[in-house]
Amino acid sequence: MKIFKKLIGSQIMLPLIALLVLVLFNLIWDPSFFAISLGANNAGDPILKGNLVTIFDYGSELAILAIGMTLVTAASGGQDISVGATIAIAGSVILRIIRGNEVNVDTMKAPLIVAFIAAVVATMLVGAFNGALVSFFKVPPMVATLIMFTAGRSIAGWINNYDNIYIGDPRFKIFGGVVPGFPVPTAIIIALVCMIVIALVLKFTTLGLYAQSVGINEKSAKLNGINPIFVKFLTFVLLGVCCAVCGLIQTSRLGTINYSNISLNIEMDAILAVALGGNALGGGKFNMASSVLGAYIIQFLTVTLYKLDVPSTAISAYKAVVVIILVVISSPVVTKKIKEMKSRRNAKEAARKAGVE
Amino acid sequence: MSKKSSESANAFQKIMKKITATNTSLLLTITIAIFLFMYLFAIIFVGGSFTKPQAFLDILNNNACLIILACGMSIVMITGGIDISVGGVVALVSMCCAVYLDKRGGSVLGAIVISLLIGLAFGAFQGFLVAYLDIQPFIVTLAGMFFARGMVTIVCEVPFNVEHAGFVALKDSRIEIPFLGSFNRLGQFIPGSSEVGVIVSLIVVVVLFVIMKWTRLGRAFYAVGGNAQSAMMLGINVRRTRFLSHLICGLMAGIGGFVYFMHVGSGSPAHATGYEMNAIAAAIIGGTMLSGGVGNIMGAFFGVLSLATIKNIVAAWGLQDAWWTGITIATMICLFLIIQSIVSAVRSNKKR
Amino acid sequence: MSGVVPVAHARKYFFRDGMNMEKEVLKARNIYKSFPGVKALQGVDFTLREGEIHALMGENGAGKSTLIKVLTGVYTKDEGNICLDDKEVSIHSPEAAQKVGISTVYQEISLCPNLTVAENLYIGRDGKIWKNWRSMNKAAKQLLESLDIPAEPTEQLANCSIAIQQMVAIARSVDMKCKVLILDEPTSSLDENEVQKLFGLMLDLKKRGVGIIFVTHFLDQVYAVCDRITVLRDGKLVGEYLISELPRVQLVSKMLGKDMDDLSDIKSIAKKYDGEDSGKEIFSAHELQSNADIKPFDMSVKKGEINGFTGLLGSGRSECVRAVFGADKVIGGYLDKNGKRIKVKKPIDAMKSGIAYLPEDRKNDGIIGELSVRDNIILALQVLKGPFRPFSKAEAQKFAEEYINLLDIKTASADTPIKSLSGGNQQKVILARWLLTHPEYLILDEPTRGIDVGTKVEIQKLVLQLASEGVSVTFISSEIDEMVRTCSRLIVMRDRQKVGELSGDDVSQQKIMSTIAGD
Repeated sequence: MKIFKKLIGSQIMLPLIALLVLVLFNLIWDPSFFAISLGANNAGDPILKGNLVTIFDYGSELAILAIGMTLVTAASGGQDISVGATIAIAGSVILRIIRGNEVNVDTMKAPLIVAFIAAVVATMLVGAFNGALVSFFKVPPMVATLIMFTAGRSIAGWINNYDNIYIGDPRFKIFGGVVPGFPVPTAIIIALVCMIVIALVLKFTTLGLYAQSVGINEKSAKLNGINPIFVKFLTFVLLGVCCAVCGLIQTSRLGTINYSNISLNIEMDAILAVALGGNALGGGKFNMASSVLGAYIIQFLTVTLYKLDVPSTAISAYKAVVVIILVVISSPVVTKKIKEMKSRRNAKEAARKAGVE
Repeated sequence: MSKKSSESANAFQKIMKKITATNTSLLLTITIAIFLFMYLFAIIFVGGSFTKPQAFLDILNNNACLIILACGMSIVMITGGIDISVGGVVALVSMCCAVYLDKRGGSVLGAIVISLLIGLAFGAFQGFLVAYLDIQPFIVTLAGMFFARGMVTIVCEVPFNVEHAGFVALKDSRIEIPFLGSFNRLGQFIPGSSEVGVIVSLIVVVVLFVIMKWTRLGRAFYAVGGNAQSAMMLGINVRRTRFLSHLICGLMAGIGGFVYFMHVGSGSPAHATGYEMNAIAAAIIGGTMLSGGVGNIMGAFFGVLSLATIKNIVAAWGLQDAWWTGITIATMICLFLIIQSIVSAVRSNKKR
Repeated sequence: MSGVVPVAHARKYFFRDGMNMEKEVLKARNIYKSFPGVKALQGVDFTLREGEIHALMGENGAGKSTLIKVLTGVYTKDEGNICLDDKEVSIHSPEAAQKVGISTVYQEISLCPNLTVAENLYIGRDGKIWKNWRSMNKAAKQLLESLDIPAEPTEQLANCSIAIQQMVAIARSVDMKCKVLILDEPTSSLDENEVQKLFGLMLDLKKRGVGIIFVTHFLDQVYAVCDRITVLRDGKLVGEYLISELPRVQLVSKMLGKDMDDLSDIKSIAKKYDGEDSGKEIFSAHELQSNADIKPFDMSVKKGEINGFTGLLGSGRSECVRAVFGADKVIGGYLDKNGKRIKVKKPIDAMKSGIAYLPEDRKNDGIIGELSVRDNIILALQVLKGPFRPFSKAEAQKFAEEYINLLDIKTASADTPIKSLSGGNQQKVILARWLLTHPEYLILDEPTRGIDVGTKVEIQKLVLQLASEGVSVTFISSEIDEMVRTCSRLIVMRDRQKVGELSGDDVSQQKIMSTIAGD
């Protein structure tokens, strides 16, 4: 009861309610929605199947991005809209290295770890560029990242000379599929690892306190010995790392890359995840768990809409409606009105009771 | 002689003082100077079509919609907000008009009314959420963009050309400007021509410029963007002002949508992709600060022209790849952002 | 124009004796206002007469600012009524307040920095769509000249000094023919000259029949211009007094609700630090210079000593200590600790050498608004401890509770966001933050600014106590008597330059004044 009471006032309430609504809706609409079965993929390896698995599997990228985006939002008070383009760069770098000089590749020409590290370096550089603009030149994050948003996919194409690459190596497909013999999609595991890592980072470093301090009052943080420029810079670089992980999963899923379509509009989903988690988009206090939950709810919503036979191109319209409903419910004005109504009703009841007695 | 030169020096000083008096005028001057420099550069080093006045008219023809969008965007940004739904609204407007004209047999006038209504509806709804429910403009208009893009495919999924007779006539009508003409290779004189949309966009620029500069509402936009709390204390209705900024931006998206529709003459879900970013980029290049309170409609106009000129230069050099366009625009935004950040840093240092 | 010109406008009133009951322009009766957990106003009455300057006094949390916000429509009252010229009015927004003739000038300038002076004077006032800019600029020029304010109508407001901005705000209210003008801490960022100018303006308005409510923490200023005083305490009305009937000591005791030991005794109570290393120079600056436009200066502080920087506002006193702390970019000179050169480029360097700095601007440089009191308290120590060894929640809680008790910080819990505390309590939290780092050298830049008398005394006592325990302190205050009471040595600043150093018996009001003036 006490925990419940604590939850009511807390930030995580909004995503929880959203989750509850989605779950209830699907239960009523089609109870088999939640069924999970064991099937096999194209290569014959066992894999868990079912809508819930799909949500967690395909929500992985979003959840990983939400981690980085939450930090950037908290410290800089703005959002990075270039994450989709950065993922494209990461994917392109990975493919560039493992393809050697061929276009159709059956076995990787370089160790995957090298490719991944190269991608991490590349995305950290992109993050550093964004971070430098935001922290040194004091450019608002949305505008600063507009540059990479415009140029990123072009760079991604340029890295591979716009070649149509296909990687057929089954070892590469593990990250978007399953490890042979273990039926849980690898992406879920990767997302879990990322969450554990960030939880440990937040527990054993002061990153959280610093990012919040800088986001709330930069001048004051500076006078307390924090280096706001570095903190902001760092959050963007961390987001870059998140993008590299997403790039790996995305290219591994398909074995190929479409420079102008990979992770299209994912920046919007990532920002929505942060907002859905009840974090102020203007920076300051944040709740990481809430953001991650928000990411999965967005994926939940997407999957639900697919099940309702909404065409994939129209899905954004429905998503928009849901988002609007959510932000309206959680907006300060509406919550205040609801509270007032509640207290008025309580007062009325109390008056009636008093009258009865 | 010396008196004369000192007089002109005085006049020069006066002009300089006026330019550096506010961030708005300083940034605007930089924008115009860079645009003129770029165009001159193009004429001298690129040559070709740039030497003909028609090249300039073509820039206007191709970007009339963007000019209108950038003006609306500037107003929202000056008021301290942002609207990233405009590209979606343009696509939705052209699709709705296309369907209305060709499949429902509607009239051109009706199509215009539909455009305006769609724009106003988006502006009003988003404005209401932002101003009266205190929701972040970024999130609201992001949802607006999703909604508009989704609605386009719900209205009609396949792209098609409009064949409605009245509309085609309007689309193909050109306004001839003899004094901006030139001789072609055969020595025939070809007068300069511009589309109807250009006239609309120029009217929009002038009207919005006057509103922003000389009306109470215009100054209220600046006041709210500069410091919303203070503006409220000064007796300005901050909520209404914010609402109106989004409403105007929505209306501009509606008008811009129809102008775009007149230019392309078709409906397609792929229309106007990235236009919201182009409009924001143009506003920034035009000296509008995302932090609000600083900016100019003329700046937005020249911002669009600068963007278009640089695109054309890149194309004239034969660098057709999308990668080059992306890179040049990105570099341009980067450059202007750094100029802005230097200007405001110098100013705050001076104040000390 | 909705503010109707009062009939009395042309007549000249002189209500110096204040005995006869003049026309009451503003009557607030039985005002109640509460916030979750706090009863901010409980049945307060307030009366303002035409052409008087009325001081509203009280400690922080007494309800002054709440009352003002109710009168200006920022808050809506829970109960009670407000009458203007004997007619009941409902004030539900600042706009509505302006319409009925109540204008306010706040401590933080509430004008738009990106508009011109003239625009700031006239925006938001009438319903006309079009503005005739030429005539507006002309009218603005006349208005500014008539009030003797040196500002150009076409100048961008951001280019004007704070004092001018304040005066523009007042000019605006005057031009709106307000019947009631509320000045909320208008003098806190003005220098002596500007304060005198402001008083001139106030007396001029008083002659025109405007009722002025004056809120300030400077007692001198109250006795210099006011006719009447209303004292609030704990959200309740203590009383309304004529200025001639309420001596200072009584005023202070009414505000505090107890008889206060005379402030001037503080110094004699305090013990001197008498460790064996007393008198040893611990920190010294040599030819130090920062990019904040100050001339190179020397400074030193001894173990257990309280010294101070004094000078008018803008004389560079804050900039000097900021340079010592590394808060501004140091461009010349160096700092010694115990005779050895130390490198202070950033605040963290200074913190590691045992220096702590409580900044002048509490709201913008001190607090981290949304964070809890606990996080605000541990912040500096946490930064010193390094990014890889965070405090556990229990440790942090222990520290927070210790200092909440020690400094008597009034907060609901350690979890409360600091921004919901009153100014004085916020200041104590910041102080706690630095005390927790156990500094050897504590720099306090205007620690008593904008907080109530009671807390002021507490802070001064604390400073003396710290010094007696061996902490070196630099104390800066706008109130010279505070400096005289606490400091044993004073560095005097004028025009961004050190112009002298006073110690011993020279630390007196007259001597400081004459050094500042440069006689």
